[in-house]
Amino acid sequence: MEKILDVQQLTVSFDTYAGEVQAVRGVSFHLNKGETLAIVGESGSGKSVTIQSVMGLLPTPPARLKQGKILFKGVDIAQYSEKQMEKLRGKEISMIFQDPMTSLNPTMKIGRQIMEGIQKHEKLSSKEARARAIEMLSMVGIPNPESNMERYPHQFSGGMRQRVMIAIALACNSQVLLADEPTTALDVTMQAQILQLMNELKQTLGTAIVLITHDMGVVAHMADRIAVMYGGCIVESGTAEEIFYDPKHPYTWGLLQSMPSLTGKSSKRLSVIPGSPPDMLMPPKGCAFAARCGYCMHICQEEAPPSFNIVDQHQAACWLLDPSAPKVERPHLQHIVMDGGVR
Amino acid sequence: MLKYILKRLIISLITIWLLATVSFFLLRSLPGNPFQTEVLLSAEVQQRMISYYGLDRPLYEQYFTYLGNLVQGDLGYSLKYVNRSVNSIIAESFPVSAELGLRALAFALPIGLALGVVAARRRGKAADYMSVLVAVIGISVPSFIMGTLLQYGFSVKLGWFPVAQWKGWEYTVLPSIAMGLGLLATLTRLMRASMLEVTTQDYIKTARAKGLNERQIVWSHQLRNAMLPIVTVLGPLVANVLMGTFVVEQIFAIPGLGMHFVQSVQSLDYTMALGLTVFFGAFLVAANFIVDLVYGVIDPRIRVAD
Repeated sequence: MEKILDVQQLTVSFDTYAGEVQAVRGVSFHLNKGETLAIVGESGSGKSVTIQSVMGLLPTPPARLKQGKILFKGVDIAQYSEKQMEKLRGKEISMIFQDPMTSLNPTMKIGRQIMEGIQKHEKLSSKEARARAIEMLSMVGIPNPESNMERYPHQFSGGMRQRVMIAIALACNSQVLLADEPTTALDVTMQAQILQLMNELKQTLGTAIVLITHDMGVVAHMADRIAVMYGGCIVESGTAEEIFYDPKHPYTWGLLQSMPSLTGKSSKRLSVIPGSPPDMLMPPKGCAFAARCGYCMHICQEEAPPSFNIVDQHQAACWLLDPSAPKVERPHLQHIVMDGGVR
Repeated sequence: MLKYILKRLIISLITIWLLATVSFFLLRSLPGNPFQTEVLLSAEVQQRMISYYGLDRPLYEQYFTYLGNLVQGDLGYSLKYVNRSVNSIIAESFPVSAELGLRALAFALPIGLALGVVAARRRGKAADYMSVLVAVIGISVPSFIMGTLLQYGFSVKLGWFPVAQWKGWEYTVLPSIAMGLGLLATLTRLMRASMLEVTTQDYIKTARAKGLNERQIVWSHQLRNAMLPIVTVLGPLVANVLMGTFVVEQIFAIPGLGMHFVQSVQSLDYTMALGLTVFFGAFLVAANFIVDLVYGVIDPRIRVAD
């Protein structure tokens, strides 16, 4: 498999008046051509900061890329100038955002918003760019694309706007699509449609997708591989099957347990992970999850665990995987039906 | 659209009627009469003047007479300027004030907006601090100090412009600046805040994610959205400026409308004060109406349905 994106030891901090907020602390992951990688984790775990720094979208200052490499097709784009990044954004790497209601310029016709990116990156006449934009609109499933080019964002529903966002993102055939919680702001039926659309486009255009979400249901539906983030670090990563059927990290267990079940008794209380995420102004010395972990040992509070290789690509950062650690029985995880048909 | 304009027109008329009514009764509730101030007039003469102008008739009768005249566009005769109607005084002074106001706007609007944009884009840098400094000075230094300083510097010391009066192009420069500076400062401050507000919007991030450069983002995404709050304040602001200001007109001896606003109330010139209030009110209502129409042009979300 060819790595299209390879992030190594990415460390990003925000300099605030209160001090240095260590949002991302040495994150490494890679994305193969044409696959979907899901990055999951709760709010504040550093997911968005991670992919926004891949795009170079974080305002600097206050954000600061302390170290790490972002290899795109083998070239470190973390070293790129703003000018070089502009050539990359929207052309090679594109991004869609969480809230389609605010992600489009309210005072500009959507046709022009799509054409803008096309004309920036490709030497096309405005007539050709227009034709491409119309083509994109029909590809993302917007009816009457020609007349809808002349409409404003407020005349579309949330789902339709997210489709427009996808059209903007893929208008120049980007090879990587970074999706920052693309369905969080949508209602459930819209969610399914947008995910379906992303899967279809991935098949037809061969776009690799980094999907950020905290919805394990979405992950099951979409991901080839999964990276679980907590406290600015990736605590476990592996293929979707490995993470869902053989998770190793207690945080992953917690995430999977907290999914509501369709088959269980409805009177059963939803299981939660007690506590709240660590304060990234003063990240804990040891494992970031130690304070909330039911299996916490003495060493967890003293030293951050290294990444243990389980099989092939399945890795987890937890002291329980150390040969000298006591054997711990994994709690019962409900059976998750993975939607193999779509993937 | 036609229906909307018609509706707005009716609301405007009601507004002006309310304004006229309230002002009418408030003015009359002030103690004294217009002829008392002239020391030389005996009580007998005063009484004769009062009955000449019909001020001895019942208040409601006077009110209806006034309204009747108002509907025909007649604001009545001034009680102080003998034999001159309020209409003719406005017709004479308003163009002067309006010209001064327009010149002040022509100076303040482009510079104020440009400074605001520059300040927002260079936030925290030297250009930002310079713009903020200009804004603070413009807002906190009153126009009578600014006016006198300008007169002293550019007329007395340098001799570039005449000190006062209103006789030609060179006479308009200093008062326009004295008046425009406060305006410029307000606009700079507003535009800066508005631009910064827009910078943090999601669609700016989208524009950046498309690969647009800074210049393209500012011109095609930021400016238009940042203009919305500016247009809102621009209506009343323009109305105010065109109506003239007492202070600047006094300092530069400009025969504008500003003086009449103050004097008419001081001397209880009922018809004059009322006439000016109604005129100003109508102007303000019209300005706000225009702003609402412009608003729709800028922001498609509030465009009025046909």
